Order: sequence, then C-alpha cells, then structure tokens
Amino acid sequence: MSVSAESVLALPAASERQRRLFGFGMTAPGALATSVLVLFALGVVLFLGFRTNDGSLLGGAFTLDNFKAALTDPLYATVILRSLAIAGLVTLATVVTAYPVAYYLAFHAGKHRALLLFIVTLPFWTSYLLRVFAWKVVLAFNGVLNSALMTAGITSEPILAFLNTPAAVVITLAHAYAAFAILPIYVALENVPRSLIEAAEDLGARPTAIFRKIILPISMPGVMAAALVVFVPTVGDYVTPALVGGPNSTMIGSMIQAQFGKANDWPFGAALAVIVMLVILAVVIVARLADKRFGSRT
Amino acid sequence: MNPAPTSKAPWLTVYVVAYVLFLYLPIAIIPLFSFNNSIQAAFPLSGFTLEWYRSLFGNDNLHRAFQTSLIVGVSAAFLATSIGVTVGYMEVAGGTRTARVISALCRLPILIPGVIVGIALLVLVNLAGLGPSRMAIVLGHTLVALPTAVVIMRGRFSSLPRSYSEVAMDLGAHEWTTFRRIVLPLAAPAITSSFMLSFLTSFDEFIVAFFLSGAEPTLPLYVWGQLRFPKALPSVMALGTFILLASIVIATVAEIIRRRGVASDELPVTTPRPLPIS
Repeated sequence: MSVSAESVLALPAASERQRRLFGFGMTAPGALATSVLVLFALGVVLFLGFRTNDGSLLGGAFTLDNFKAALTDPLYATVILRSLAIAGLVTLATVVTAYPVAYYLAFHAGKHRALLLFIVTLPFWTSYLLRVFAWKVVLAFNGVLNSALMTAGITSEPILAFLNTPAAVVITLAHAYAAFAILPIYVALENVPRSLIEAAEDLGARPTAIFRKIILPISMPGVMAAALVVFVPTVGDYVTPALVGGPNSTMIGSMIQAQFGKANDWPFGAALAVIVMLVILAVVIVARLADKRFGSRT
Repeated sequence: MNPAPTSKAPWLTVYVVAYVLFLYLPIAIIPLFSFNNSIQAAFPLSGFTLEWYRSLFGNDNLHRAFQTSLIVGVSAAFLATSIGVTVGYMEVAGGTRTARVISALCRLPILIPGVIVGIALLVLVNLAGLGPSRMAIVLGHTLVALPTAVVIMRGRFSSLPRSYSEVAMDLGAHEWTTFRRIVLPLAAPAITSSFMLSFLTSFDEFIVAFFLSGAEPTLPLYVWGQLRFPKALPSVMALGTFILLASIVIATVAEIIRRRGVASDELPVTTPRPLPIS
C-alpha cells in the first residue's frame, strides 16, 4: 500500500508488527494454494512420468521408457498428431469466426454493445457437458439434423456421415469454445486508437488498407490470446471425442484418461500429460513470437 | 473521444445474428425436446408432455448428486473467492514480486487442460491419503475457478480509487482496518460476482470432477452416467433444461451485480456519497 513517507515514520513499532502480520495473512492463502495445487501437483506429474509402473502410487524406479514408448509407438504419434490437427483446426475456425463478431462489438454495436457482449459470452457459463450432449443429439443417426433434413424433403434417408467422425469433433469443439475467443479479440480491438483510424481515413486510406495495416496488427495480441485459450482446452479434451467422435477421433486426452482408468498405468499417463504440457509450452512460445513479429508492425 | 465514423455494415450485422443463432440453437435443442412426447429426439415433434420432468422428482440418486454439487460448489466458490480477494489485493496494493508471481500462478490453470488438472489432483489427493472424495472435488474446482476469481478481483481492486485507502491510512487507520472497512465494502459487488461465477464454474464442471469423485457424483457426473442409457435421454434433457436455466440465471445476476459495482465508481466526483468510514 502506498503510504506516504511521513506517515510510515510516524507509525509506532506495534503497527509495524501489525503491518507484517497483515502482509503475511494476506499472502498465505494464495501462496499455499499455488504451491500445493499448482506447483507441487504438476511437479508430481512430472516425477511420475519418469517412474516405472509397479502398481504403487509413485511408481517403482526411475526410467525413460514411458517417454520412449510415447514418442516411438506409431499409435501414440498418430493420436498426438491428430490431437494437434483437431485442436489446430478448432482454434483456426473459432478465431476466424469470432473475429468479425468482436469487430462488430468494438466498432458497430453502439448502445447495444454491453447487451450483445453479454449474449455472446453467456454460453461460456453454461454446462460444457450439456453443450457437447446437445451436439450428440443434433448429429445422431436418428437425430435432429437428419430428421430435420428428411422432414424438409432435402434428403430421403438419414446421412450416416454426421456422428462419429473427426469433423463432428471439430464442429462440436468449435461451438463449445466459441465464446472463449470473442472476449480477448474484442478487448484488443477496443485498444485500437480511434484517432489512428481517423488519420488514415483523412489521408485517403481505403477501408481494407486501414484494416490490414492498422486494425489487424494492433489486435494481433488479442487474436493470439484467443487462439491460446481455445487451443489449450481442446488439445486435451476427452469428452467430445467420447461422445461424438467415434473410434477414429481418439485424442491424447482420451489416452491420458484411459491410463488413469481402464489401462491403469499412471506413470505412462503422466508421461503423456508432460508431453501435452510441452506442446502447449511450445505453442505459447510460438504465439509470443508471432505477437512480436506481427503485433509491432504498425 | 468520438467513435470512428464507421459506415453501416448490414452484412456484418447479418453475420453476427447468424453467429448468435449458431451459438444458441444447439443449446436450445435441449429444452425443446425435453417437452417432446417421444424417446427419440427427432423431428417432427410428436407431442407435448411433462412426463420427463415428472420423472426427475423422487429420484434419490439425482437428489444426492444435486446436494453434492451444491456443497462442492459453495465450498469451492468460497475458497476460490477468498484466495482471489487476497491475491488480487496483494498484487494491486502491495505490488511486490512475490505477489505478482502468486497472481500469475493463480491464473496459470487457464493454460492447463482439464484432463491434466484432473490427473495431477488425483495423484495429489491420493498422496495426501484423502483419495477421490467430495473434498478432492472441492480442491479441484477451487483450482479451476481460481483464474476467474483472481481476474475479477484484481480488476476491481485496480479500478478502486487509491485515494480512499490513502486517506484512511493518513488518518491513522491500520492496513487491516483500511482493508476491512474501506476496500472490502467497495469491492463487495465484485466479491459477490466472483463467488457466483466460481460457484457456476464448479456446478457445471465435469472434466476434473470425473477423476476426483468417489462414491458421491456431482450433477454433471450423474448426467454423464445417464448418457449410457438411450431411454434416459429425455429425462436428461429435462434435467439439462433446469441446469441451463440455473446457469443462465446465476450468470445474469452476477453480471448485473458486477456492473452496478463498477457503475457506482463512475458517479460524478461531486455527488455526495457516504464514505464507509464510521
């Protein structure tokens, strides 16, 4: 707290002790929660990834076999690449479709801005499981979409190809995380100085040039933030592949979940989790670099 | 500053309307078919019924799952909000390196997929001898709700005029007194909003709870269990309608409370306002 120098000097010794006690009491909850629930918990996963599976909680002995198996077995390579492809597609689709909405909110929404912002972020607060379940109902063989198409006379028979495909996973995840992407982009677009746009207009710049040279570069940090908050939960998802994906859509999250469930090989599951965290770290670094590369080009 | 002169963009408006429809239509399927008189969720609608809602009453498993969700949600919301208040305050008011690092760590779970949060805490609660239990889910949901709570609280604290607490301290109030009598009352709407949204995060959370639940499932876990039975789907839609309704009401009220809290700062400086100093 910024107390002026005189008042600090005027405080008696007892207050100094009280000050310290206050600082300690206010720091302790956060320090305890983050060191146990974040740092220690993640540290244990990292540790477990390097242990053999002997059925005990922390494994039997040190080994690199978990990582070797995860990185050399073509099955796991396929699943990891598929997860990256699906999460990448979902991220791209989500960010590209969200950008115009964020743009509208920042530049066109006028007095309805607060209401519209609330409407597009409200689904974020509804149950994720129910949103995925809704898609299962929509895409099912005897489901809403097929029956609607047949009732409308567009098709005469149910189309098999909707459910249990990677495409179903991409659509469902893109819908489930759509609301995540709008807010960061909107916040970045709000920061675009309106005077810059006016100056460019006065100097005769076309709208496309203004967008390409001013608005897009300045909003790039928001786009990167949006991409990250969509990519992270989608790359580790196991619920959507299980409900709408079918056997050809198994993702790395499903594999991790299986190791802690049916397969009962916790150290191997922990190694897979470490690999996912490393992938996310790499994506964060790339996003930061891209931010510098595109973001500074004003 | 005047907003940039922007031309009307009818195509953009059409796009936004289509986007909002895309967001809401799949969700709207759930309440729509919860009243449909058929086990199969398909068009054309076959008739109106309240049968699926009737089937929810007197279901003991459902009742217990609801109770578990309430207990877990309130506990996790209390923990996450308490931590959010202290961490947010120390970051904004203290500004020390430690405070900033703790705040960053509190927001880190955004960058961890739920499945990893779930397994990490599963190992943790087993190490602690707790095992999968209600308490384990409370810890997991506290972690999941923490980023929201910290972001809301530090946003609120950094928008509070600093002069209020400076005046209090210059008048001889201790830091604790200043915090309790000045800062907390001014931040009360944000605290309420943080509590409600943390509760909602927990109430709707499935991915982490899946790993941490013992004998007592939460409501989303109960729903997950019912999804295996095709005959139970209409009842799931009736239950889902209640859950969606609860989420929408809680999120809306939290937003209204948060906005009122912020708006009270935006009163003109000349407006006489009772300072919460007695």
